[in-house]
Amino acid sequence: MIRLLLIVILNALISNVVLNQFLGICSFLGVSQRIKASASLGGAVIFVMTIASAVASALYSLVLHPLGLDFMKMIIFILVIAALVQIVEMFLKKKSPSVYKALGIYLPLITTNCAVLGIAIDNIDKFGYNFIESVFSGFGTALGYTIAIVLLAGIRSRVDETSIPRPVRGAPIVMLAAALMSIAFMGFAELQPVIEVALKGVGQ
Amino acid sequence: MKKNPYLERLYNGLIKENPTLVLMLGMCPTLAVSTAAINGVSMGLSTLAVLILSNFLISVMRNVIPDDVRLPAYIVIVASLVTVVKLLIKAYLPSVDVALGTYIDLIVVNCIILGRAEAYANKHTPGLSVMDGIGMGLGFTVALTLAGLVRELLGAGTVFGLTVFPQEYAVGIMIQPPGAFLVIALFIIIMNAIGIKTRQRQLVEIDGCSGCCATCSMRCEEGKEETK
Repeated sequence: MIRLLLIVILNALISNVVLNQFLGICSFLGVSQRIKASASLGGAVIFVMTIASAVASALYSLVLHPLGLDFMKMIIFILVIAALVQIVEMFLKKKSPSVYKALGIYLPLITTNCAVLGIAIDNIDKFGYNFIESVFSGFGTALGYTIAIVLLAGIRSRVDETSIPRPVRGAPIVMLAAALMSIAFMGFAELQPVIEVALKGVGQ
Repeated sequence: MKKNPYLERLYNGLIKENPTLVLMLGMCPTLAVSTAAINGVSMGLSTLAVLILSNFLISVMRNVIPDDVRLPAYIVIVASLVTVVKLLIKAYLPSVDVALGTYIDLIVVNCIILGRAEAYANKHTPGLSVMDGIGMGLGFTVALTLAGLVRELLGAGTVFGLTVFPQEYAVGIMIQPPGAFLVIALFIIIMNAIGIKTRQRQLVEIDGCSGCCATCSMRCEEGKEETK
């Protein structure tokens, strides 16, 4: 249990998916204008990334790895994620219109968000997580994404009210804000060795 | 003066529509692997290889692939090519594989590749598409290398691993994650200041078509269908 909590913290704060790993930058810069929209997108990402991590991990350990098809994982994963988002979208539309209304328009936007594919591959290649750990790693990563994008939206709503030199307006000022956030998140790096020791101690 | 269409493609990719600096596509790899100039070169060349081949294959098959399923078909083509490139790099250049890691896999969701397939290769002849791939790939490589060069010089005091000034004088933060945002922001500010138009307005004000990756083309299609 503690191990899973540590994995969530590690993925959400220390190696933050946007500010440290640079995945999903496009939507991070693109959909961070209003806090409400950012939070909805964050919710959709949490939803999809957790499910995608679970499906990808299960598919890898039950089908691809036993059959010796490791090299096929990228092709399979990207198709599975794209199909998965479609299914989730159809399911929500039918079963829970209120959730669909809140998250619906953001779902297609994350089909090929590189963060979803990135974390599915990282869970296997980089961390070697098992099924449960992959699910929590996906959840933690998405949580980190949501924290970052909501914070950035907050900053941007203030930036809009200030006068900024013309060449810096638009994308550059957003990137500068992201740089400052990234510096702040570097503070969490101090936790990394502590967590890594703890992860070893807790074991499986 | 009548320009050679093949050379025009090269000019277009390198300067006029430079994918990174003007179109602002493929920001994720640009920010992530520009920690050193050499990483920029290897990432750029890997993408270049995939881009040339995918443009060629898609252009050759443009009359065979049904219009309704073209995006999944493109994704399968690109993913297969990326797998091949990844395995080749793993086999012959293990150090590059260690340095770039997952970002090689993520070429498959690089907006530049699907973007060019959708915007150019499925409408033009294989020869022109290959030149377009070379132009765009070189433009991406140049931009990545430039970003890597600046970050490596300021952050570690070296250029391609050769020491320019002692590391004690370097600004360490430039090769850490915040440096990526700072350097790219700086590039765009410079381009704005000297009056080169970038597509950044669309990057910030997402309008359905300017997001990223394949999403842009998919969303565009949906938008078109809705307006129909």
